Amino acid sequence: MSETIDIAALNGVKEGEKKRPRSKEKRLEIACQTVEARVRNYDEVALGYGPAEAVAESMRCLECPKPRCVVACPVHIDIPTFIGLISRGKFSQAAEDIRQYNNLPSVCGRVCPQENLCEAACIVNDTNPKNPIAIGRLERFASDWQLTHDVRDAASVHKRPATGFKIAVIGSGPAGLSCSADLAKMGHSVDLFEALHKPGGVLMYGIPEFRLPKAIVQKEIEYVKALGVTVECNVVVGRTLPVKEVLDSYDAVFVASGAGFPNMMNIPGENLNGVYSANEFLTRVNLMKAWKNDSAGTPIRKPRKAVVVGAGFTAFDVVRIALRLGAEEASIVYRRSREEMPGRGEEIEHSLEEGAKFVLLTNPVKYLGDENGFVRGVVVQKMDLGEPDSSGRRRPVPIKGSEYEIECDLVVVAIGQTPNVLIPSNLPGLATRWGSVIKVNRESYMTTVPKVFAGGDAITGAATVILATRAGREAARSMDAYVRDPARNWNPPA
Amino acid sequence: MYTITRKKVLASGVIEMGILAPRIAKAHKPGQFLMVMNREESERIPLTIADSDPATGEVTIVFLEVGRSTIELGEDFKEGDSLFAVVGPLGTPTHIEPFGTVVVMGGGLGVAPIYPICKGLKAAGNTVVTIIGYRRKDLMFWHDKLAGASTETIVTTDDGSYGSKGFVTDALKALHDGGRAIDRIIAIGPPVMMRAVSNLTQPWGIPTWVSLNTIMVDGTGMCGGCRVEIGKESKFVCVDGPDFDAHLVNWDEMFARMKVYTAEERAAILANHECKLHLDNIKR
Ligand SMILES: Cc1cc2nc3c(=O)[nH]c(=O)nc-3n(C[C@H](O)[C@H](O)[C@H](O)COP(=O)(O)OP(=O)(O)OC[C@H]3O[C@@H](n4cnc5c(N)ncnc54)[C@H](O)[C@@H]3O)c2cc1C
Ligand SMILES: Cc1cc2nc3c(=O)[nH]c(=O)nc-3n(C[C@H](O)[C@H](O)[C@H](O)COP(=O)(O)OP(=O)(O)OC[C@H]3O[C@@H](n4cnc5c(N)ncnc54)[C@H](O)[C@@H]3O)c2cc1C
Ligand code: SF4
Ligand code: FES
Repeated sequence: MSETIDIAALNGVKEGEKKRPRSKEKRLEIACQTVEARVRNYDEVALGYGPAEAVAESMRCLECPKPRCVVACPVHIDIPTFIGLISRGKFSQAAEDIRQYNNLPSVCGRVCPQENLCEAACIVNDTNPKNPIAIGRLERFASDWQLTHDVRDAASVHKRPATGFKIAVIGSGPAGLSCSADLAKMGHSVDLFEALHKPGGVLMYGIPEFRLPKAIVQKEIEYVKALGVTVECNVVVGRTLPVKEVLDSYDAVFVASGAGFPNMMNIPGENLNGVYSANEFLTRVNLMKAWKNDSAGTPIRKPRKAVVVGAGFTAFDVVRIALRLGAEEASIVYRRSREEMPGRGEEIEHSLEEGAKFVLLTNPVKYLGDENGFVRGVVVQKMDLGEPDSSGRRRPVPIKGSEYEIECDLVVVAIGQTPNVLIPSNLPGLATRWGSVIKVNRESYMTTVPKVFAGGDAITGAATVILATRAGREAARSMDAYVRDPARNWNPPA
Repeated sequence: MYTITRKKVLASGVIEMGILAPRIAKAHKPGQFLMVMNREESERIPLTIADSDPATGEVTIVFLEVGRSTIELGEDFKEGDSLFAVVGPLGTPTHIEPFGTVVVMGGGLGVAPIYPICKGLKAAGNTVVTIIGYRRKDLMFWHDKLAGASTETIVTTDDGSYGSKGFVTDALKALHDGGRAIDRIIAIGPPVMMRAVSNLTQPWGIPTWVSLNTIMVDGTGMCGGCRVEIGKESKFVCVDGPDFDAHLVNWDEMFARMKVYTAEERAAILANHECKLHLDNIKR
């Protein structure tokens, strides 16, 4: 990989020179589309660093010998090394370095909650508060650079010789992709099965284009395919292909089926037209591309007044889509207060800038319909915060007699997802928690069924991309050991 | 993949297609459906698997051109073309066991989906009395095929141009009032027909099952768009069904939910095709 980047012009460090970190400077903000422009399109909101900005930001890093950021990163990316490579103009090499730890850097650079992970731990916070190195943005920069400037040659990746072992991976979200990529690099033959018509899981159907362009996701997937992984879409394991047949045909199986079942509140009026689960709303818009109303075949209702129930990643994505669909008003209705919102800081900020309203300490109790069965309003109830509950957050308690009505023509229920029961119910002996969350041994990722491993949201319930990616990678390591020595004493989960 | 192996116009706006989908053909059981995407940006539409042949890897669908996707599939695609995506078999298979005498009813387009069910029930040792209804004689299809899969076959047409005049419900009532012992009834067709059957059989206390055709997105249990109230509980038609106990279905809600995109659908048809609807062919 040869690069000709004029590092002197970019104010970086030349080879052999000593770096003088500029950690006292402020962290470089990322260019964003203006609010006026972005609420009218689905293009990416955060535009990303150019080479000059990336080099300038990388020059702030102290390249600590005992980096706290690396400890905080769930997959322990060698952060100072890749940032050092950026400051020396070696952008693609920086990306290749990240890839040793994380198979989806262009994705994680965009959607990881870095403010709670690596960036929260960065030592620069101690001397220059609130100005940690912009690790996520640098990760995104390096990886995007590689995807656009260097046609990565997967064959050049150090792959071990073919082992002859066959492994099936079920589900192509971050957990399945990451596991498949690592297994392929180890020399195993990997077949990846996906139920939907496009691989990527939540990255394709859930997270909207303006936060994670689908072209980027597909490029990451192309790379996984180039490593030799066979991806077959339109295969619902348990329906198209019996689970038993998969078990009989492969040396090991990784279940990465995610948490795709939408939770509803089971309150009156929830089946009115215009009341959606977040999954349906997002799938129509993202996977089926209903936002391109001229060419796509899948319809979506254009709201005038939208109500979104919940305050996680999903709720903020939905409210921002509602605004882009032309809603005059789009509100987040949440039963706790702003402090307890589980969504990412950046998403909360962006939603507010784009005009989302927050109706806090409020919970829906029933939906009202018109004579044709379409939703026309929601009756909500005010809440108070009581004693902390099991999540450590204060428990919301309804205030009697506080009900009032909010007018709306679209409601999206975004209160969480749980794993689908299709695989557990078709795999005798597979132990689960609450009937759907697959139990595994947290070190080996092995389930209670021999040769079946599982990871990602399927074993945790809805979590994050980086945790799913880590599970995929760690499971790959353990599956590699398993296929080579299945007779060893493998500890299934308790 | 998903090559169209055969295409035949069965009646005006009613099309039979063979599609190469070996995994689906192998796994298919009566009562299951598949999702078709014509092109990369098309919607996913549910269609019942009307027949399958594991040996050739073919599945058969029969559909009515009613809107954007079905018209596109019927008009723009020919033998030898490939579909962007076909996924299945989806849904819980129809419950089949030796019940005794089972009356299987197909109204209009519903004639095709009942074929594998009749075959399955007969193979399980049931006496299968099939009642199929069409609007007019010229809209008839597959009646010979159904006769081959049943013990006894009754054909009705609305105008009496073939078989007995009237609706399938009239034929069922005649059978019941004539003292025929019936252990189970299965009805598939337009929602109005299924509701009519349900209302008719409720007082008789005969177990009656229908196959609901709600609007779907993924068809795999992930979106909840297909949900309908069954016996006071919300169920996902694509995974919990499509077969349900007719007497537990909240029909008013079912009808309301079918109309959710009417405005958008009309606009799509007008924008994309000359208005060539065959709505008069459906028994509504
Ligand atoms: C709207 C939304 C926004 C989010 N935003 C963020 C964010 O900004 N940052 C972040 O870190 N996390 C975010 N998350 C969470 C994150 O996306 C998930 O934690 C992550 O995708 C889980 O990965 P996974 O591989 O376990 O499962 P998934 O991504 O859910 O993938 C599972 C795949 O398996 C397939 N599958 C299921 N069953 C079968 C079967 N029987 N046969 C074949 N295939 C099957 C599914 O179709 C799916 O493609 C968000 C989630 C949502 C819904
Ligand atoms: C489990 C299942 C099995 C089905 N099997 C068959 C089959 O074997 N053959 C067949 O022809 N159709 C079948 N249908 C119905 C078929 O899916 C719809 O006709 C199709 O989705 C319409 O798409 P469209 O874009 O052509 O029409 P649209 O533009 O979406 O709709 C046009 C008109 O059809 C009505 N419509 C929309 N969706 C449905 C629906 N699901 N059922 C009935 N009317 C609808 C609309 O209200 C509108 O008036 C099945 C549906 C389900 C859920
Ligand atoms: S802790 Fe901060 S300064 Fe130190 S290596 Fe990590 S990113 Fe650089
Ligand atoms: S169609 Fe999405 S859950 Fe049934």
